[in-house]
Amino acid sequence: MPDNNDRVPPGEGKPRREKLIPLSPKERMAIERQDMPEQEAEERRGNFSEVPFGYDDDLAQLEAKRCLECPSAPCIAGCPVGIDIPRFVAHVALADYAEAARTLKEASSLAAICGRVCPQEEQCEAVCVRGKTGEPVAIGRLERFVADWEREHPVDDPEPLPPTGKKVAIIGSGPSGLTAAGDLARKGHKVVIHEALHEPGGVLMYGIPEFRLPKSIVRSEIEAVKRLGADVEVNAVAGRLFTIPELLEEEGFDAVYIATGAGLPVFLNLPGENLIGVFSANEYLTRANLMSAWTYPYTDTPIIQSDRVAVIGAGNTAMDAARTALRLGADHVAIVYRRSRAEMPARIEEIEHAEQEGVEMRLLTNPIEYLGDEDGRLVGLRCVRMELGEPDSSGRRRPIPIEGSEHVYECDTAIVAVGTRPNPLIQSTTPDLLFDKWGRVMIDPETRHTASEGVFAGGDIVSGAATVIAAMGDGKSAARHIHAYLEGELDTAAIIQSIRDRTEE
Amino acid sequence: MSHMHEIKAKSMLADGIVRLDVECPKIARKRKAGQFVIVRAAEGAERIPLTICDADAEAGTIALIIQAVGSSSKRLCDLDEGESISDIAGPLGLPTRLDEVDGLCVCVGGGLGTAPLYPIAQALHEQGVELVSILGARSSELIILRDEFEAISDQLLIATDDGSEGHKGFVSEVLAQVIEERETAACVAIGPVLMMKACAEVTRPSGIPTIVSLNPIMVDGTGMCGGCRVSVGGDTKFACVDGPEFDGHEVDFDGLAQRLRTYQVASKHECRLPREQLPH
Ligand code: FES
Repeated sequence: MPDNNDRVPPGEGKPRREKLIPLSPKERMAIERQDMPEQEAEERRGNFSEVPFGYDDDLAQLEAKRCLECPSAPCIAGCPVGIDIPRFVAHVALADYAEAARTLKEASSLAAICGRVCPQEEQCEAVCVRGKTGEPVAIGRLERFVADWEREHPVDDPEPLPPTGKKVAIIGSGPSGLTAAGDLARKGHKVVIHEALHEPGGVLMYGIPEFRLPKSIVRSEIEAVKRLGADVEVNAVAGRLFTIPELLEEEGFDAVYIATGAGLPVFLNLPGENLIGVFSANEYLTRANLMSAWTYPYTDTPIIQSDRVAVIGAGNTAMDAARTALRLGADHVAIVYRRSRAEMPARIEEIEHAEQEGVEMRLLTNPIEYLGDEDGRLVGLRCVRMELGEPDSSGRRRPIPIEGSEHVYECDTAIVAVGTRPNPLIQSTTPDLLFDKWGRVMIDPETRHTASEGVFAGGDIVSGAATVIAAMGDGKSAARHIHAYLEGELDTAAIIQSIRDRTEE
Repeated sequence: MSHMHEIKAKSMLADGIVRLDVECPKIARKRKAGQFVIVRAAEGAERIPLTICDADAEAGTIALIIQAVGSSSKRLCDLDEGESISDIAGPLGLPTRLDEVDGLCVCVGGGLGTAPLYPIAQALHEQGVELVSILGARSSELIILRDEFEAISDQLLIATDDGSEGHKGFVSEVLAQVIEERETAACVAIGPVLMMKACAEVTRPSGIPTIVSLNPIMVDGTGMCGGCRVSVGGDTKFACVDGPEFDGHEVDFDGLAQRLRTYQVASKHECRLPREQLPH
């Protein structure tokens, strides 16, 4: 078996490895991709239980045996956190799940989450050699299988290194902050995660619904990060209860990682947006998820009971909101999107799940006004039909309104899911940091160091709005460079200067 | 702040209105006049915004004044000395901008709005600003913080709906009288939406700067949900990060009142699953 220490970071070379699965390539090629059993659409739209049931042992082993263990292993480079995919898959094929779990843990503290919410079809599975002639190995499903097995049969956490005496503050406990925290704690640094809400997890807790990512799984992954030695302070609002300069100057932290995400919801600024029944997807999902409003009146936080719902936008968040609305008992839910299906930013799997459950896709439809009744309640969304014109600066064909196509979609609830922006709270209280015109923290892309000494940043506060796994990848890279910084191996003066130079251009 | 927050003292200010002095040392040190906290009484409770009415940095406590209106505020009111609140996040919102007041300031508090008004009035008083305070309620025994306001105001006026004390009628009517009689530099009005709107209308013709503090529906209190949005001067603002204080002459009070009624006029989802089928 290859020694872990010999593993070369993705893209920097190819580890030499022996094949572990005792099957010929031909035998492997003969196996077809295994479906993951899931709840029927009719049934699941009436509950909040997770949609897929996951593989059982037989399915997992069969699927794992499809892996060719090809020497190039492009999947590793396709994984933002560099999991040794062929090795973990091979151990599944051999039914050595403990070893598979250890392999995952070397690279990821949050495998049960990644296995559920990563867009594998754009990452590891997109480059899988088997995908060239057929379907790629179902890496995501296997990852989920192993992580779920591990929750029932915990394998030993890798021993953290002896304490270094250095303290790192992580701001935000979403995917990026948790990943960085886990990696830094393992290196022996004292890590304190600061979370603004009453429960850690960030978007994993407030944004992604129970039926896609059960909260019990998020909680157990966070417990695992805590076991590595990271402390979590909840209700700790950066920029209000404390500032970054205070952490460094008064509270004895040696470095800070900002991973606060892009929490500020964007509205459309259309007439009627303040009517009763118009919500940001963030509010709607936070009520449903973090505040468990779907269990009202067992819990106190209410959420609207809708009949007809318009969800504006077509990303994963829009799909989550639409499917949540169905589960809360709406008769009809439509996605309203101004471009065509090809441009929908959501994962195909999410779009398919939504459609199976009965969500209508009103594509090439642009909302122009919210209509209300005399009590200020939303009663409809005035829309116009669009057609695609010339490509715009993003390369996507620009939608243009069709004259005379105005119409009203009757609805009592509209959920705005057209994106988020970085929250300005940090910006207004950390003078040294530099921000771009979208409010994103400017960093040195190599080291993730910001323009402020000892302060690093990653995740959506830097990228705008990306995926959970991209945020985790940032967290990993930040942890590596924060470690180097704490060892005195980072020339921060030069980095800071180069960021400042960029702003002057 | 992951530890529980013990209630060090509890007192009844009026029927259904409770003052809790809660252990919260860091917020007690950090808070400034005008800021608030989001409180979650216990597992399963709502997150509700409450003004930090007073704070004792040395004792490490903050004072919260709560009226039992919904199930979560009732849960808070039912807590006794020695019991604990599970979550308190803050201090949230922008502090009051005080430097602008030069001359007489009229502080108008309606009902529970008197609680958020107090720390602002207190800060003004400490700056040496002359204060006329007008407190209103349905009837005399519902006036809260009377002694506290007495101590910092040059003049204290009362208005009650039933006429049991002071002027029979609205605080805005008393305000109109005061600004007619005396040169007024600024006004702070906090209370029910209609009362703040009326006060802003009273001061509008003479252009007296009028600060109001809004208490819209909130969830996170950190700018994440947009539930607290209000239209101010035609722009959408988030009360939890851009406020809670705004220029009373610019706020769309009707829109605010409308949104506050969300869960009264729209029906609420009710879970029909048996309790055992819920996760956790
Ligand atoms: S309370 Fe959520 S944004 Fe203000």
